Amino acid sequence: MELWADELACCRGGRQVFQGISFKVPAGEALIVTGPNGAGKSSLLRMIAGLVRIAAGRLALHGGATDAPISEQAHYLGHQDAMKPSLTVAENLRFWARFLGSGNDIKAALDSLDLGRLADLPAAYLSAGQRRRLSIARLVAVSRPIWLLDEPASSLDASSQARLSELMRNHLAGGGLIVAAAHGAIGLERARELGLGTS
Amino acid sequence: MSPLVAILIRDMRLAVRIGGSALMGALFFLIVITMAPFAVGPDLALLARIGPAILWLGALLASLLALDRLFAADYEDGSLDLLMMGKTPLELTVATKAVAHWLTTGLPLVVIAPLLGLMLNVDLHATGWISLTLAAGTPALTFIGLVGAALSVALRRGGLLLAVLVLPLTVPVLIFGVAAANAAVAGSTPFGPAFTILCAISMASLVLGPIAAAAALRHGLE
Repeated sequence: MELWADELACCRGGRQVFQGISFKVPAGEALIVTGPNGAGKSSLLRMIAGLVRIAAGRLALHGGATDAPISEQAHYLGHQDAMKPSLTVAENLRFWARFLGSGNDIKAALDSLDLGRLADLPAAYLSAGQRRRLSIARLVAVSRPIWLLDEPASSLDASSQARLSELMRNHLAGGGLIVAAAHGAIGLERARELGLGTS
Repeated sequence: MSPLVAILIRDMRLAVRIGGSALMGALFFLIVITMAPFAVGPDLALLARIGPAILWLGALLASLLALDRLFAADYEDGSLDLLMMGKTPLELTVATKAVAHWLTTGLPLVVIAPLLGLMLNVDLHATGWISLTLAAGTPALTFIGLVGAALSVALRRGGLLLAVLVLPLTVPVLIFGVAAANAAVAGSTPFGPAFTILCAISMASLVLGPIAAAAALRHGLE
């Protein structure tokens, strides 16, 4: 399996955000997208997720398990957590697990991010870091081969960052691939890098 | 459990939890109907004659009340992105959201309409028939409103745009809904034709609404 992009360009609001972006990410590897604010890191991730229109170029997934579009084989972890404050932690995660489709155990996913104790608490009472961990639990609860992570380590404390790095390493070892936008290190030793907006 | 059942349960749960929209529509309906006798005056014959129209207008406004949050809430917290990344076709996803919305905001209006009819001097037997017309017509209001809700998210404009877009489109529903309700109350015109057309409008919007709403959401991608 390989995620492959050729001469991608992105236009938002009539303004060219980036153009001529090409990369390849084989299974088991990570691509870290770097660049200054406004360079289009988030736009690139949303484009791979199928949430932003591709202005020019081609994007394809070769050798995937199914012919389903990339958006159905990818997890998108954006800046917003997609959790409803009035539902409990477990209800939120169970809904996404059922909607995005899998038989995985949400209890194990919550425990893997140390949220098991908070399962019956309404999500409104979570701190920013705990909400972030709940979003990450979604990636564990539903297995999809491509992870698109936008600043995955933001608002996480040191031990949660270590746990996230471990989850990412396990995902890569299991034959998945990761495209992440980041400003700092995200704890992966072997990762390709793609600089945006440097020219 | 299928993804669509999951959406149905989640949206209904959200509507009945604190801050949800389930009771707001019914309360708004109650207040509008309570105001009508004060505006019209104590003329019981007049109230009974315009009662069906007032019930329908109240139900129309009440069912639009919570509609602008239908997609806006999911857009703001990022849920809409993930809803578009599911394996379910977007048309079915938005249709299920609309069904959940009708069950929590439209159905209560149908249920309390007979009680509110009494405040307008419409007799209980006639309000039963009016409820039947509301049951047939309010799904059309929800599914037409669905398109407006999707457009207001796609265009990043909230609230008032929805009312301006959607209210003109609901005119046929109002005309045939009130015609059927009047026929049931006064009995001077046949009930069947108007009611049948009302059902036809509901059926058509049930099919066209989700397709148009999903197209609007996809087009709003950026």
